[in-house]
Amino acid sequence: MNCTKGYVLPGLPHLLLQPEANPGWKKVRAAMERVRAEIETLQPDVLLMYSTYWPSVIGHQVQANPAPEWVLVDEEFHALGSIPYKLKIDADLAAALVAEAKARNLAARAINYHGFPIDTGSVVVSKIINPKNAIPMVIISSNVYADRAETLVLGKAAVDALAKSGKKAVAIAITSLSNRLHGTKIEPKDDKIHSLKDQEWNLKFLEFLQAGRLEDVSQLSRQFHREARVNKVANFKPFWWLAAVLGQTNKYSGEVLEYQPIYGSGAAVVGLSPTTRAARDLEFDENDPDVYAGERNVLGDR
Amino acid sequence: MSKGKIVAGVLAPHPPHLVYAENPPQNEPKAECGWENLRWAYERLRKSLAQVEFDVLIVHSPHWRTNVGTHILGVPQFKSLSVDPVFPNLFRFHYDLKVDVALAEEICREATDLGLEMQMMRNPDFRIDYGTVISAHMTRPQWDKPIVGISSNGAARYFNMDVLQAMMVKLGQATRTAVEKSGRRAVLLASNSLSHRHFTTEPPLVEDQSFEHINNHNQYLWDMKMIELMKQGKSRDMIDVLSDFTEQTNGETEGGSLTWLMAALDFPERPAEVHGYGTVIGTGNVVAEWREVEP
Repeated sequence: MNCTKGYVLPGLPHLLLQPEANPGWKKVRAAMERVRAEIETLQPDVLLMYSTYWPSVIGHQVQANPAPEWVLVDEEFHALGSIPYKLKIDADLAAALVAEAKARNLAARAINYHGFPIDTGSVVVSKIINPKNAIPMVIISSNVYADRAETLVLGKAAVDALAKSGKKAVAIAITSLSNRLHGTKIEPKDDKIHSLKDQEWNLKFLEFLQAGRLEDVSQLSRQFHREARVNKVANFKPFWWLAAVLGQTNKYSGEVLEYQPIYGSGAAVVGLSPTTRAARDLEFDENDPDVYAGERNVLGDR
Repeated sequence: MSKGKIVAGVLAPHPPHLVYAENPPQNEPKAECGWENLRWAYERLRKSLAQVEFDVLIVHSPHWRTNVGTHILGVPQFKSLSVDPVFPNLFRFHYDLKVDVALAEEICREATDLGLEMQMMRNPDFRIDYGTVISAHMTRPQWDKPIVGISSNGAARYFNMDVLQAMMVKLGQATRTAVEKSGRRAVLLASNSLSHRHFTTEPPLVEDQSFEHINNHNQYLWDMKMIELMKQGKSRDMIDVLSDFTEQTNGETEGGSLTWLMAALDFPERPAEVHGYGTVIGTGNVVAEWREVEP
């Protein structure tokens, strides 16, 4: 397998611009610094990132500008300040990923435009775990209409591209767990998970992840979407993608490095390392498509 | 200072395809043609607005999405490049615009007084969302009027459409009061499509109109129902069915722009001037104008 490790990382700008304002935010930032150090030790050729903060409509978009540069201001948390960035993208692997996605019948395209708005999650994570651009990255969008089959196939396309390139990667899903922000301004010291229900579902997911049960978490994504996500998109996809990239098993050693609220949402830092011993298996009852077959006409012929 | 006035309110959708097909010098990509129904609808709108004097465009945009209340642009000038994150192949627009900060602050104050969570956006590096830029450009390509830019709140997703609409009615009332106090003559733009289920692929030549049609007939029927209500002057009925419309058509009305507009216009009973309807990558779009009656 070309992915030597997987991570789940949050992407809100507080972690970069104001971590000291809240003890919990500071802990999450410290955990991400730990991730940075771990990645330095792993010495991957590329960071493969799937960002739920980058929505797409026309299929799946892959950032292919070798050196995107801009000053980002978050549309919600603009008062925290500006984030100048310059990233290093593995444009060759991005192009290969697009080609492999198309080979699996997905709509996909490489994005290479000056001034393209790289999403807050990708920028925040990059600046913290790859501050000197020592490792090139590939950033993949999250299609708002995509569901499980499409997202699994997208992950498998990334595996194909990595295998052909011979590159070793660390896979990163940039996402919150529960995503409900406070609807009114709060003082940083007053931050907490928005609701007890969100908290319970976050803890359930973290329990599974700590046990290395990535495939179980993947298969619970629909339920999590209904219970703990504000439904901005069709479904909760990052664990489908991460599971597909990492092999769709429970054979991981999981470590929850940190979990704290950020403006009401659940911010978890989780590492998943392949092992030979599987965590307890649950029944995997969802299909495992290799090629995207499009939307089925469930209404029948008219 | 004389009392200000909303001189017109417009449902002014923002598909980037329209600017792309217009080929203004500010936009980097160039097109052969495309989406003439809607572009000509905007042309008719511009002719209509040429008949009235106004000082400012107030734009409520679904593509500046905030969840911690509603935000308003609070920097006098912005100059940058707006690149559509979804259609970067079509829209890379160099904008240079002025903001009526005094009016923006007045709206913020009035809305706060009505109990809404409000925030002024003071970061000069902020990039203006493409919804605001497109609606403003298609309405007034000269860019000779300042704008007020208002974010859309995500309450429809966080709670439901009823909660969002209750907020947007207050925001509309606050906007009207602020305009009246300011002495400005304002044109309001609700920057949203109606039905909003996209196709997820594009033809090789994006402006090839042989590929363009509504995503599904259900959306079309709902769009026509909404337009019928507009033409009959039944704005309250339109807002009453907006929750169902939004749910069943994936409507971009979930951003609250249309509800804000109707409330700001005090739920007009006069018919809207429907300048045109057209689809863009499967979504339904109408350019409709409600002109205030001069006393």
